[in-house]
Amino acid sequence: MAEFDAAGARGVFGFRRLPGVRDAIAVLLVLAVVVLLGLGARRMLGPLVLAAQPPISLSPWALPDYALRTVVRMLAALAASLVFTFAYATLAAKSRRAEMILLPLLDVLQSVPILGYLSFTAVFFVSLFPGRALGPELAAIFAIFTSQAWNMTFSFYQALKAVPRDLDEVSRSFRSSAWQRFWRLEVPYALPGLVWNMMVSMSGGWFFVVASEAIVVGALHVSLPGIGSYVALAIEKRDLTAVGWAILAMLIVILLYDQILFRPLTAWAEKFRVEQTAGEGGSRSVVLDLFRQSLVLGRLVHPVSTGLQGVMRARLTLPRPAARRVRASLPAPWPDVIWWTAVVAVIGYFGWRLFLFASPGLTWSDFATVAENGLLTLVRVSVLIALASLVWVPIGIAVGLRPKLAAAVRPAAQFLAAFPANLLYPVAVFLIIRFSLDPVIWLSPLMILGTQWYILFNVIAGASVFPGDLREAAASLRIRRWRWWRDVMLPGILPYYVTGAITASGGAWNASIISEAVTWGSVHLSASGLGAYIAQQTAAGDYPRIALGIAVMAVLVVATNRLVWQPLYAFAERRTRLD
Amino acid sequence: MVEQTQQVVLDLRQVRMAFAKRSGESLTVLDDVNLTLKEGEIRGLLGRSGSGKSTLMRIAGGLIRPTSGEVLYCGRPLREPSEGIAMVFQTFALYPWLTVLENVELGLDALALPRAECRRRALAAIDLIGLDGFESAYPRELSGGMRQRVGFARAIVCNPTLLLMDEAFSALDVLTAETLRTDFLDLWTEGQLPIKAVLLVTHNIEEAVLMCDRILVLSSNPGRIAADIPVPLRHPRNRLDRAFRDIVDDIYAILTSRMTESIGALTKVPGGLMQTVTHASVNRIGGLIEALMAPPYNGEAELAELADELSYEVDDLFPIAEALHILEFAELKESTIKITSAGRVYAQGGTEDRKRLFREHLLRFVPLAAHIRQVLDQREGHTAPRARFEYELEDHMTRKHAEKTLQAIIDWGRFAELFDYDDKTRRFRLEPPEE
Repeated sequence: MAEFDAAGARGVFGFRRLPGVRDAIAVLLVLAVVVLLGLGARRMLGPLVLAAQPPISLSPWALPDYALRTVVRMLAALAASLVFTFAYATLAAKSRRAEMILLPLLDVLQSVPILGYLSFTAVFFVSLFPGRALGPELAAIFAIFTSQAWNMTFSFYQALKAVPRDLDEVSRSFRSSAWQRFWRLEVPYALPGLVWNMMVSMSGGWFFVVASEAIVVGALHVSLPGIGSYVALAIEKRDLTAVGWAILAMLIVILLYDQILFRPLTAWAEKFRVEQTAGEGGSRSVVLDLFRQSLVLGRLVHPVSTGLQGVMRARLTLPRPAARRVRASLPAPWPDVIWWTAVVAVIGYFGWRLFLFASPGLTWSDFATVAENGLLTLVRVSVLIALASLVWVPIGIAVGLRPKLAAAVRPAAQFLAAFPANLLYPVAVFLIIRFSLDPVIWLSPLMILGTQWYILFNVIAGASVFPGDLREAAASLRIRRWRWWRDVMLPGILPYYVTGAITASGGAWNASIISEAVTWGSVHLSASGLGAYIAQQTAAGDYPRIALGIAVMAVLVVATNRLVWQPLYAFAERRTRLD
Repeated sequence: MVEQTQQVVLDLRQVRMAFAKRSGESLTVLDDVNLTLKEGEIRGLLGRSGSGKSTLMRIAGGLIRPTSGEVLYCGRPLREPSEGIAMVFQTFALYPWLTVLENVELGLDALALPRAECRRRALAAIDLIGLDGFESAYPRELSGGMRQRVGFARAIVCNPTLLLMDEAFSALDVLTAETLRTDFLDLWTEGQLPIKAVLLVTHNIEEAVLMCDRILVLSSNPGRIAADIPVPLRHPRNRLDRAFRDIVDDIYAILTSRMTESIGALTKVPGGLMQTVTHASVNRIGGLIEALMAPPYNGEAELAELADELSYEVDDLFPIAEALHILEFAELKESTIKITSAGRVYAQGGTEDRKRLFREHLLRFVPLAAHIRQVLDQREGHTAPRARFEYELEDHMTRKHAEKTLQAIIDWGRFAELFDYDDKTRRFRLEPPEE
């Protein structure tokens, strides 16, 4: 596609054949990114002896190198998430039987706290490549992967299920093969949602980078060179200046990521929207424009893009059975019965093994403690979501109703959401100690520091697409103050708000592990709660209790999603539909 | 086209299509359909929505296989979409992320041709269909008419033998649709298209008479072939021609008599609760009664004439006429509709009188409405969940029809103040709550 644009541009603007400044910048940019990423990746393969790890330096001059290594890890995890998404979601969408298992499983995977994966897999990965950096690197990448993959998979699955019937029939009646159909129809259709979810995933990834680079599980201590380890060390050394440098470095990295990767991606993904109306102004990207206009780059990329297109258009047909006759009676139930019996047997077996593994070390008082802590965290998350809503819903509406302001604030809010709030924790802890505040209360806001922005920019999005005629009708009927909120605006933005609140609450649960127990040098502050409990057991390497904590958290998250958010979302959607 | 003894392109033999209902019984939507399409022929499939004509078209395209019966394409059994069959869709079905050129090239994907050959053939198709200059435009930049031209170019690019058109012109405005139809007919009669035969699905009677050599009229519930009408007129045809008008009136009469028959059959079923009610809003019912009462009709009209006057098509007018007939505000006979004495009273009444009359007729002639009311009366608290009636209906019809029927009944019941429905709780109740 890009190739065709470039070809068109060559024909129409023949006079711009000479390479110009634009070309130089574009080519330099591409070369720089490729070379840097290559450098970062090569070092992952180097040797590493656990007992004699190279020390992490707190000098600000070490930061560019650390930042590069962190960025490479993030990208590797993103690529892995993408591959996982394509495979898992496609399987779930195409096979009814697989769907019955994969979907609930995904729900659970999503609600398991990310650090939970780390504590169980770190040792495995490290032992996979003894004496090499690759083991811990893979452990870190896997941890970041677990913070990114699930929502991308969900969005891709939903898009696959919602492919418009007529487009589907076109592809079938022109006898596209499954491979052609995947790249021509399904991926493009899913792309806008997928890109959006990649951005959300990336934010999640930044948040956990600190924890996944400085791995501490029981006796295993690994510090991979990166921004995360830098921050961890700064906290240990109580070096507030170093924390400041790390924040600055992170700001720059995220800004670059946004400009070089996500802006161009979102602007490019615009064309895959199915709504054939013009829509809201659409995002623009300086970098994408630069690439599109650079003829030299176009020529360089041409063979690559032609090759890729060729791959996507290849038939790669699998022998397919002919369409089945439509049955006039219900299919026999027994294949499903067999399938379910097999599934239940496998789950039962694993459940039994898990029970055998965990039960010797656990007593009833453990369950009581976990339940109590879970309840505390649940209360915390609920109160915080309510407070954040009280603050951000009115502000979001006020901003969303002013298009110019909204255009300025939305990227800022997205940027804030991408910024890993845990870099600010040391500052908060410093303040709590300084003014001797109660950690049980004052540590709580940290949970929502990073995720509250989802409420803000979803509400802004909702308010900015609120129909103008409905607003005018309200104005001409002189509906004001409380009634205006209750009858006009709040119902109008409800679906958007609910979407934002779901993301925010999921993020807050995940963040609880990091934010309920924080350290500053030798000072350990604990707010108690399920997150603190899991963090504590992870540091002690007490696997049965980690498993118990994680299981309870997963149950709590799935339960709130099923009992609160999903019904609320269904309700909001039904109420705001007019057909 | 001149009729000759030519090769058979498509042959449907005793095609039957049935789905499994919730109760496990089968529900027939197409029954005993036989169709032979020869080279050089444009064949129309005409019927109301719900007559299964789109299903029949998808069977012809190999997208779905019938429950029983045979489908032969060029003498070979058709089991999946085959080379040589192309479709044009009502919704255009263009990929919004591909340019016009790329959308047209999509039609060649399955042939795995070399790139240059692909491009050459796509450009030729674009040229033929009158799209040159738009190759690099995206569908969202085009008007509806131009979009459908892309749809046509994409369909003919692979040199198909059989072209299937699924309501190809009905999403376009009147002028655009007419231009596109005549452009297509010009290409066809001049022999510029690779296509050997066309199957055209439509609910627009005039469109069918304008374009087709033969028209198959489908009846509803289940879809059967009600008539096979030849159109022995030369192209280009004139809509105002006497012979043209006669054919249009004939088809109206066939469709109307089929409709009254099927209503009669349904109400005769014991407990006749489960008729499918196609939705006609109360406003439209009132509007049609008033239009009928006004001069020049004064209570009786030819349906074709009435449809013309109100610029309605079959799918728009028939549900309203049918509702009038069911509620006994008017009577359908052959190709005419005649108002009843109740209809006259209705026309003259104020809102309250109308509501009262509507309520009485609803209770007497629409068993489902009466049934809902009866259940509500008997129940303590006078409420009942929607699901209850949905299940009952789904024993007799598809889920989609059940939903539509309930929606129609809810609309009528609310107007008649026979019962109320709360969408929040999804329950029926006797009265709306007083606040």
